[in-house]
Amino acid sequence: MSSIFDLFRRRPTANVARERLQILLSHERASVGQEGLVALLREEILAVIAKHVNLDRDQVQVKVERSGDSSILEIDVTMPTAKSRMVAGA
Amino acid sequence: MAKVVVVTSGKGGVGKTTSTAALGAALAQNGEKVVVVDFDVGLRNLDLIMGAERRVVFDMINVIQGDAKLAQALIRDKRLDNLSLLPASQTRDKDALTNEGVAKIIAELREKFDWILCDSPAGIERGATLAMHHADIAIVVTNPEVSSVRDSDRIIGMLDSKTERAERGERIEKHLLLTRYDPVRAARGDMLKVEDVLDILSIPLLGIIPESQEVLRASNVGSPVTLSAPVSPPARAYMDAVRRLRGETVEMSVPSEKLGVMARLFGRRVA
Repeated sequence: MSSIFDLFRRRPTANVARERLQILLSHERASVGQEGLVALLREEILAVIAKHVNLDRDQVQVKVERSGDSSILEIDVTMPTAKSRMVAGA
Repeated sequence: MAKVVVVTSGKGGVGKTTSTAALGAALAQNGEKVVVVDFDVGLRNLDLIMGAERRVVFDMINVIQGDAKLAQALIRDKRLDNLSLLPASQTRDKDALTNEGVAKIIAELREKFDWILCDSPAGIERGATLAMHHADIAIVVTNPEVSSVRDSDRIIGMLDSKTERAERGERIEKHLLLTRYDPVRAARGDMLKVEDVLDILSIPLLGIIPESQEVLRASNVGSPVTLSAPVSPPARAYMDAVRRLRGETVEMSVPSEKLGVMARLFGRRVA
């Protein structure tokens, strides 16, 4: 039911826009930032392991899972078995 | 030393091309040697906004592929001889734009001009990242509207990570150009205010371009608004923005229609 009086009763909307943006962008900035963080962590973890163990790049998985207020950093490294054992096992 | 400026936004239709043309012309009107470069391969429009669409013979991809020399592809403006345009290709595949090719062209343009203004395509794909890659300065064009502000935020993040300067660990200078601003609607609470947008994006303000019919009138006739209607509010706003870009301190204001009698009489007719 709109009438000419609605014109005078209309509420400002810019403050709603500002609040929605502030909430949305605080989330989006955090997740975009985390993509960068994950890539960085992966590279540095790889470098440390590569000093001591010879392994393929794709055998190191780094993930960040967000749940509620906290995030879980998951690092999964598949270590190569000794060559002799691999041969023996084959 | 030459400055490479990218005019970018993420979202389409916010005024990147209009602003590139107006800022380029305004810099040239201040005596600077300027080239405006269209990076929107397949959807070029800077030629049309500059009124040079019938003079395009070679484009940036012809130069990259060695089919033409850079000097053959550059189109000199008919109104200002210190303003040139390097058009994008309308027909080629956008993959023809290579990073090495663009780097070579930018290096060559740095020798010839004071200012190189790169008009970025919309989006966050290759064309947009190539347009920003070599920039010293970024002008983020934003409308006071939620989707435009969100996309600008995303682009600011990319400027800080995907540009050559960012990769070298240096800072890229970023400026906000707020376009299509209506101070009356903002005061009424129906449009995000300048302060709201600045608060959210937190980069320095280069200028506020008021919503104006002069912008469409300028594009209709293929002339940057600073040339077709030099005393109109948007033209004065672009002129102020350019003075700030050149390092002058100019008080921030939203130019309005309130003009002196002489400007009222003659302003609109200058073309």
